[in-house]
Amino acid sequence: MASSQGERRSYARRAQYGAFAGYVVAVTGAIIGLFVAIIWAVDPVGFAQLRLTVAEVTAPVARVASGAGNGASGLGDGIAAWWRAGSQNAQLRADLGKARRQVIRAAALEAENRQLRALLNISRTAPQLVAAANLLSTSASSTRRIALIDAGSSDGVAPGQGVRSADGLVGRTMEVGPSVARVLLLADPQSVVPARRARDGLSLIVTGRGDDLLDVRPLNAAGNVLRVGDLVHTSGTGGLFQPNIPVGIIVRLTSDGGLARPLAAVGSASGVIVERAADAGIVAPPVSDTTNADGTGAP
Amino acid sequence: MPASRAQQNRANGPPLSWRLRLTPTISVLLASAVTLLPLAPGAPLLPPLGLMMLLAWRLLRSDIWPLWIGLPLGLVDDLMSGQPVGSAVFLWSAAILTLDFVDRRIVWRDFWQDWAIAAAMLAVALFVGGLLARSGGPLDLLRLLTPQWLLSLLLMPLAMRLVGSLDAWRRLR
Repeated sequence: MASSQGERRSYARRAQYGAFAGYVVAVTGAIIGLFVAIIWAVDPVGFAQLRLTVAEVTAPVARVASGAGNGASGLGDGIAAWWRAGSQNAQLRADLGKARRQVIRAAALEAENRQLRALLNISRTAPQLVAAANLLSTSASSTRRIALIDAGSSDGVAPGQGVRSADGLVGRTMEVGPSVARVLLLADPQSVVPARRARDGLSLIVTGRGDDLLDVRPLNAAGNVLRVGDLVHTSGTGGLFQPNIPVGIIVRLTSDGGLARPLAAVGSASGVIVERAADAGIVAPPVSDTTNADGTGAP
Repeated sequence: MPASRAQQNRANGPPLSWRLRLTPTISVLLASAVTLLPLAPGAPLLPPLGLMMLLAWRLLRSDIWPLWIGLPLGLVDDLMSGQPVGSAVFLWSAAILTLDFVDRRIVWRDFWQDWAIAAAMLAVALFVGGLLARSGGPLDLLRLLTPQWLLSLLLMPLAMRLVGSLDAWRRLR
């Protein structure tokens, strides 16, 4: 009896120690987790690499699932579309038709622009295409909007390259593994794209909001000059995105700018193209004899 | 007699089967891995399924996991969710510690209390997760996260139901 009593007591003590240790580990871990999450931009431990490794290993899941049918993706779209009141549909369809026409016009302008630039002897290496890829998955449960594509460093993809679909700009590559890359989507709250209004070249800044609309602000904000239906395309400023990639159409005005619907719907368009950074191919800057002061003429 | 033997077995660590021991953990890992599927909603609409499974298991059974289980499971969720690494480690550990506290306060809970607790913890986890990801101010987060929270709220009873049947299955002899 006595021995069993003692055994029980020692068991209880051990359990108590165990419980206490559990508390210590849990609380310490929670604090460390909070700390790491707060300083995640610095990433001292190299979690980005770990996350890429996980992405590499788990990429076949998305490949197989997307091969099995587009049901899953369509379901996500369906929920999203259902959530936005259906009344927006007609308006959006009209906007889309208008946008398509403007895109065609923009394409013509782009062709003309290319000829003019050739005349100016700006030599860019001809192919902007780095790789064609499929969109595997997105961070569907997080307020960050990050997608995984199935092209990586073995395909020539590097961090900081523009990603587009046939319809328009999708985002930029962020972390690149051997066969997959993580893409910061336009909708991510930390995505900023220098852009222009197609109509008159008004300089704009496009930032993500986390949902399916983009925040558009004019750089020279003197009253709101945007109009519903304005087409927004990349300006190429900053040297990351190629210029003249369609970004979105203004669908609503705000007090100091507008909200744009992105032209490349990530849910439906799964095929994307990774493009070179816009400044990667510039060999000789434009020769100009009068405006050397602004620095563009210096070699 | 059989009862006391069962008690003794539990005290000495009975030979648990793998299914009995690993079903909760594996179900949470699988729920976290749903983000790997080719889903592309325009907004963050997919509920935090890993956290929901964790809460459902922990609300049903308080004795299946050690207190620090939020660390490894949260880390795995972070690596797949796109959130900054550490956010689920923190939030899940905090959730487990909170539930440990709640267990002492409300010993006998009914379904509605469980649901309310899960709803409150999901709201806090989503909101703090949004803050940690620096996805905008409080108003932006409310706009972004309210639909997701409502969806997870509606799915929570399903998760609890699923966990109930998984629990019955894992304890089958």
